[in-house]
Amino acid sequence: MSILRADAMTGGYGGADILHECTLEADRGEIAVIVGPNGAGKSTAMKAVFGMLNLRQGKVTLEGRDVTRMKPTDRVSEGMSFVPQVRNVFPSLTVEENLEMGGFLRRDDIAATMAEVYDLFPVLAEKRRQPAGELSGGQRQQVAVGRALMTKPAVLMLDEPTAGVSPIVMDELFDRIIDVAKTGIAILMVEQNAKQALEIAHRGYVLAQGRNAYTDTGEALLKNAEVRRLFLGG
Amino acid sequence: MEDALNALVLITNFALVPGLAYGCQLALGALGVTLIFAVLRFSNFAHGETMSFGAMIAVFATWILQDNGVSIDPLPTALLALPFAILGSILFVLATDRVVYRFYREQRSDQVIFIIVSIGVMFVMAGLIRFIIGPNDQVFTDGERFLISARDFRDLTGLREGLAIKTTQVITVVTTVIAMGLLFWFLQKTRTGKSMRAYADNEDLATLSGIDAGRVVLIAWTLSAALAAVAGTLYGLDKSYKPFVFQELVLPIFAAAIVGGFGSPLGAVAGGFIIAFAEVLITYAYKRFLGYILPESWVPDGLAQFLSTDYKFAVAFVILVATLLLRPSGLFNKRAAT
Repeated sequence: MSILRADAMTGGYGGADILHECTLEADRGEIAVIVGPNGAGKSTAMKAVFGMLNLRQGKVTLEGRDVTRMKPTDRVSEGMSFVPQVRNVFPSLTVEENLEMGGFLRRDDIAATMAEVYDLFPVLAEKRRQPAGELSGGQRQQVAVGRALMTKPAVLMLDEPTAGVSPIVMDELFDRIIDVAKTGIAILMVEQNAKQALEIAHRGYVLAQGRNAYTDTGEALLKNAEVRRLFLGG
Repeated sequence: MEDALNALVLITNFALVPGLAYGCQLALGALGVTLIFAVLRFSNFAHGETMSFGAMIAVFATWILQDNGVSIDPLPTALLALPFAILGSILFVLATDRVVYRFYREQRSDQVIFIIVSIGVMFVMAGLIRFIIGPNDQVFTDGERFLISARDFRDLTGLREGLAIKTTQVITVVTTVIAMGLLFWFLQKTRTGKSMRAYADNEDLATLSGIDAGRVVLIAWTLSAALAAVAGTLYGLDKSYKPFVFQELVLPIFAAAIVGGFGSPLGAVAGGFIIAFAEVLITYAYKRFLGYILPESWVPDGLAQFLSTDYKFAVAFVILVATLLLRPSGLFNKRAAT
């Protein structure tokens, strides 16, 4: 039983359903990647897991607890953390203050967690006194992930973490994400750069029109001729 | 040499000292406006009336204290009345938020609607204040009038020009420094203050991080009302309390907030002083000043005044328009970087 299970999610933003019996899973230390063509409902599926849209059917469980009816903020205290695709830092706050705000819900000492984040992202330690808005795109994504890690989540969800960064920065971000997974966190992420993302994925989900089209290990999906032809451009 | 000193004393007495006090009052007002803009994202035109309301309570509290023989001579009794003014303004503003603004927040109304609503609140408050205290001047300053009077200064230094420093001017500057120090400490160092800045920066992410929007809004109103009460009371103490001037003050206050960068507290302070000194220095008659530093034959016949004091609001307006044309995000705004 995986730590995060989203079973047969069906729903949309009101009106027609966007997701149809979509199922996603992620376990401790694993990276699960959602790929698929534009408009396949990748981000919608992730938002559904986080409670940002109403599900008509299906359920989401976290460490065995049913969280389907919970608000996003409550899911954060339950151990989920979400990094939006855009506007995911506080630009006028310093890097350190961004991390502090990430741990806003926590009443205990956050210094140890902050040190762990700085260990994972050494560049943030260097820039701790700088406003996050002044950092480069890749560094800003690290701040965003770092902020999300401050609640000590069991599941970290990333919505296209490499959108708009250069290939070199993308590789570095993926390395960091692998490091984060190694600390025992389950990672669920949506990616536009499907090939590279599947290379680091333990689980891969190919979505098409809001349904699970293919589900397998990242490696197997990359080898699957049909998936390559239809979704990965040959 | 003595002429240069006389010129310096002259311009300090008539322009720099009053400008500094006025700048403090504007800066405090602009801070309140900018805080509301940063958190609630609308221009609160009722802020001038909030200042007026605070000053009104200070006037009443001062009278009650005076009637009961309370005095902190040589300081004005109004200082003791200030906490009451702050508390009264906070309660009134929070009630307004509860009754009026919250409704539009729940409707997720457009910014423009909020602005119009705040103009409505402004008129209601203005009417209410005139109804309670009347439209006339109220002088509530007591205690020692001068820290140093022009005559004492002349006797002391032997210069021809005197430098008078009013007690209220000193109180204005000291109170402003304390109020700003507390505000910036709160915003920079406390968890709640940081959460407020985070909310101003990125509302959605703040909510995602568990920052309670309702609480941030409450704190923004509280701070804004407290600053307004302090600004209004200081202004009334320094000049005299006239209900109608506060509607006029809204223009330089907004000019100050916009010049500094709407939503930036540091910018509001800088903007307040820029507007205040611009107003004072442009409407100052330089004739006597020039008389000290220029050879006699060069001294102009006229007053050597750029604009008559009647036009002082035009100065703020011109600066406001120039800012909007040349640097619309203001001097200190980082928000554009998002």
